[in-house]
Amino acid sequence: MAATALDSLPAPLRSLRLKTKQQELLLRVSALALIYVLAFVVRLFSVLRYESMIHEFDPYFNYRTTLFLSEHGFSEFWNWFDSESWYPLSRVVGGTLFPGLMVTAALLHRLLRALSLAVHIREVCVLTAPFFAANTTLVAYAFGREIWDSGAGLVAAALIAVCPGYISRSVAGSYDNEGVAIFALLLTFYLFVRAVNTGSLAWALASAFGYFYMVSAWGGYVFIINLLPLYVLVLLVTGRYSQRLYVAYNCMYVLGMLLAMQIRFVGFQHVQSGEHMAAMGVFFLLQVFFFLDWVRYLLNDAKLFKSFLRITLTCVITVGTLALGIGTASGYISPWTGRFYSLLDPTYAKDHIPIIASVSEHQPTAWSSFMFDFHILLFLFPAGLYFCFKRLSDATIFIVMYGLTSMYFAGVMVRLILVAAPAVCLVSAIAASATIKNLTTLIRTKSKSPQTVSGKASGSKAAAKGAVDQSLPFQQNAAIALLLGAFYLLSRYAVHCTWVTSEAYSSPSIVLAARGHNGGRVIFDDYREAYYWLRQNTPSDAKIMSWWDYGYQITAMGNRTVIVDNNTWNNTHIATVGRAMSSYEDEAYEIMQSLDVNYVLVVFGGVTGYSSDDINKFLWMVRIGGGVFPVIKEPDYLVNGEYRVDKGAAPKMLNCLMYKLCYYRFGELTTEYGKPPGYDRVRGVEIGNKDIKLEYLEEAFTTSNWIVRIYKVKPPKNRS
Amino acid sequence: MARSRPLEAIGSRDRTVQISPFLLLAYSTAPLQPSLKSSSSHREICASRRTTTTATAAMAAPRHLTLLLAISFLLLGAAVAAADEAGEGGPRGRRLLVLVDDLAVRSSHSAFFASLQGRGFDLDFRLADDPKLSLHRYGQYLYDGLVLFAPSTSRFGGSVDQNAVLEFIDAGHDMILAADSSASDLIRGIATECGVDFDEDPEAMVIDHINYAATDAEGDHTLIAGDDLIKSDVILGSKKIEAPVLFRGIGHAVNPSNSLVLKVLSASPSAYSANPKTKLASPPSLTGSAISLVSVMQARNNARVLISGSLDLFSNRFLKSGVQKAGSKIRHEKAGNEQFVTETSKWVFHERGHLKAVNVKHNKVGETNEPGMYRINDDLEYSVEIYEWSGTSWKPYVADDVQVQFYMMSPYVLKTLLTDKKGVYSTSFKVPDVYGVFQFKVEYQRLGYTGLSLAKQIPVRPYRHNEYERFITSAYPYYAASFSTMGAFFIFSFVYLYHK
Repeated sequence: MAATALDSLPAPLRSLRLKTKQQELLLRVSALALIYVLAFVVRLFSVLRYESMIHEFDPYFNYRTTLFLSEHGFSEFWNWFDSESWYPLSRVVGGTLFPGLMVTAALLHRLLRALSLAVHIREVCVLTAPFFAANTTLVAYAFGREIWDSGAGLVAAALIAVCPGYISRSVAGSYDNEGVAIFALLLTFYLFVRAVNTGSLAWALASAFGYFYMVSAWGGYVFIINLLPLYVLVLLVTGRYSQRLYVAYNCMYVLGMLLAMQIRFVGFQHVQSGEHMAAMGVFFLLQVFFFLDWVRYLLNDAKLFKSFLRITLTCVITVGTLALGIGTASGYISPWTGRFYSLLDPTYAKDHIPIIASVSEHQPTAWSSFMFDFHILLFLFPAGLYFCFKRLSDATIFIVMYGLTSMYFAGVMVRLILVAAPAVCLVSAIAASATIKNLTTLIRTKSKSPQTVSGKASGSKAAAKGAVDQSLPFQQNAAIALLLGAFYLLSRYAVHCTWVTSEAYSSPSIVLAARGHNGGRVIFDDYREAYYWLRQNTPSDAKIMSWWDYGYQITAMGNRTVIVDNNTWNNTHIATVGRAMSSYEDEAYEIMQSLDVNYVLVVFGGVTGYSSDDINKFLWMVRIGGGVFPVIKEPDYLVNGEYRVDKGAAPKMLNCLMYKLCYYRFGELTTEYGKPPGYDRVRGVEIGNKDIKLEYLEEAFTTSNWIVRIYKVKPPKNRS
Repeated sequence: MARSRPLEAIGSRDRTVQISPFLLLAYSTAPLQPSLKSSSSHREICASRRTTTTATAAMAAPRHLTLLLAISFLLLGAAVAAADEAGEGGPRGRRLLVLVDDLAVRSSHSAFFASLQGRGFDLDFRLADDPKLSLHRYGQYLYDGLVLFAPSTSRFGGSVDQNAVLEFIDAGHDMILAADSSASDLIRGIATECGVDFDEDPEAMVIDHINYAATDAEGDHTLIAGDDLIKSDVILGSKKIEAPVLFRGIGHAVNPSNSLVLKVLSASPSAYSANPKTKLASPPSLTGSAISLVSVMQARNNARVLISGSLDLFSNRFLKSGVQKAGSKIRHEKAGNEQFVTETSKWVFHERGHLKAVNVKHNKVGETNEPGMYRINDDLEYSVEIYEWSGTSWKPYVADDVQVQFYMMSPYVLKTLLTDKKGVYSTSFKVPDVYGVFQFKVEYQRLGYTGLSLAKQIPVRPYRHNEYERFITSAYPYYAASFSTMGAFFIFSFVYLYHK
């Protein structure tokens, strides 16, 4: 259309008329620019609905560290020893975090400052994740182009821009490692595939740096360091070994490993931990492969080579096994961690490590959440796999493997849907792009010259298609209908994604919203109310005991020392807190005295109906506490295997510290019209112990909606 | 976006200065705690701050008026502070309230009161049911100690009740409580709260058919000659009480779950507690040396309480009379009561056995400033000054068993402090190779002395990245290996490229 409009223009302007190729480029760039903007904008719901604030739990720690970094500089940050968390053990923050996110945000902040844009570091933190999500779309485009064509790249960029699985971790305010890590992950993969395709040292180097950024940003880098060797192994087995692969992998592995060792938290794990041994093994295997290749080139005798191969392989395998065995036995190579095991075996954590199993994002994924997070991608994905297998290349093998492994992991843990999202988007994009392309070609060729096609000799693809074409009379109409269907599906996808983002993933979870009985929105800002109370009403060296979920928030917003926090590095310490919460008051008092606890904070939803409160988390406290201290037994808190808080509850349950602290004075309160006082709106029952007396603690503060309750630990009795 | 930005000041630990105490001071009814040592300077600051705010508020007022106001506040602050220091630097003030249920007690026990007055105490005698009775006014206690010689009072006058007395103790004041065989529920209740349970039978008395005083003419053997005293020079004075202590009254048992109560005067193994006027129908509930005649309790805040089952123990008659224990040849011209009540009252009112710790200091060896944080394996010095109140002045406390712990959940270092005999206790040690939040802890609890528990929190950090050795001797082979490999590679490349 543009061309016809241009025709009527005068001659000098007509020379500006774009060639088809240029038109296509312009279209592509503008589409990409729109996608870039869309990916950023769709993540801003939370800022518009609430305010520019940090969400959830971990982001508060990241925010606190970023603030520290921007105030004290990198050297102080690197050596930061935080005595305010994990009292009295403390935490060497500088050595136990992935600094990528904080450094990125601090650099962005500094850049903006240099451009004379006076923004607060918090705004930068809030918008880091959307910014990187937008960048991810560019990488997805490049990746899609690398493995299929630029059309698939564009579709992939568009799909990933709004994919709910990715948005869930990258809305504005969700200032977490994953926000930048998915970008780094996809970038590393893209650069590596590019390096394999080209055999260029430069691309391999770039991918090593991408890997370095990934390692600095997220513990999920283990996925890369295991997927890449697996990919190389598959290529070797399928006989696709090439010099390109050799160059790409060796350069990436050696440099990537050396770079990753610079991250304090990772350190020597690349040579010492069991999770990284696969990469090293494949590295040596490649050398052996190369060596054998060279020997075969020198030896022309096939029989001689065969025996040489046998000897070499036996030697290599023995040496490798011996080295691994000795390393493991001597403790030089650490065994796999619990998290790693629980990924391979979904039931492992449930049986052995309750602290991993207790985290909601570590639960196995339900089908509904697959549907929720992927929508049409879920059935475009197999179609995409089909297309990939139809046109096998090094690159498509990679994306197939990435897709399949990450889908498995996504099934094991809810949070890993995030890792699967880019792969699913890419594979689905191939399906969508290839289908639409086929359909449009069909329409075009049909309308142009069916005769010429049928006149061609059989054997070529087009001819075969043409032959089919002729046998189908309504083929063009069917193609149009299918095309319309595809567009309908894709538009439904866009609608679904926007809806999910606005409804489900844009809640800060630190400020809760509910619909009032007249339909208006009610905001519960109890968390911040409680943390500010702590900040302003407690001594600056007060120690707060709470379940670990709230640790980061208390230190970041309340600025007080906590016993345990979301960095669950010390299971015993957490178990001690769990034990205190599930003991009788006098036993708990002793534990609290030994930890110098001044205040206890509990989260209680019985008044508002907020279901993720401490009573619902309580069984995990019992389990984690009981895992270390066998005096705490789970059956003591259950009645016939049932968890209850009403009159039929277990006596120990009714008198343990957590129950008392949550339900103290609750028996006097009428929560719902027509229900007896002390009616718990989360559990939907009248509580069993309404007459709670506290001996060693006293209520210090309860927020306006009773969501957070803070108790002061009394000093020992003066006269006894 | 337009809402408040609460996280702006997240990094700063500074808290806003609370204004409420200043406001209170302006009305001169502030709850001034007499024992606060640093209070004077604090209050002056408060006063001046208060004036500054007033001045800014009343800008129009003449300048000299503001100045006058400032001076008057300063003076007020100083005067209040001076009043606090009236105790001549001792640990306790000298105002005692004596509650009696009959004013005759004032004369029948005059020797005891005279000895208190002779030591500088200011006694205020009141009937226990005096309707104007009050322990505090405007949030401030009017007395520093209480002598409760009113065993039969069933309720106090004025605003005083059992809780008021207990709060008085919990606020760090001392008390002598004397009961009798007719002790009221109120007195029993106070005693129970202090860890002492009197015999439940209101008519019961301590009877001892072997260790009674020979002068006991009535033959019911309720006049006990007690000589089973606690072995503590701090409580009973360094001079040994030779003569037995006469006792007639109700016996009590100390609460076994209460670790703060001590039996000062115990009954002999042959004693029992029963009503002497009736025939013994069932075995007595309290027997033998489980019976305590006089007990003391030192609360966690170092408030001291003496509980005696006999009011007569303090009476002139017992103080002055001679005593001969039944079956004993020795007759003492004077019973041990006088010495006993004098010495125990000295202890109760903190004229003896009061320790204070000041100037807790710690620093790295070779430095003088106190750091905010130590590093693992630092060498540090710790010192504290401990003084004992001798009744007239603070004297250096000398002992060889004061220990300091470097504590994080359990003591990592436990060191006995060395003293220079001038009150300074010090030691030095190496910080353990463990990081975390440690505490310097001195827990010094000795019989009779006030407890010292000092805890000072200090974080210990690990090495920074640039505090390790730059080159490790044992790694020299590796340095050599890597550099030689690099060199060899360079030469190899050179030769390979240019050698034909």
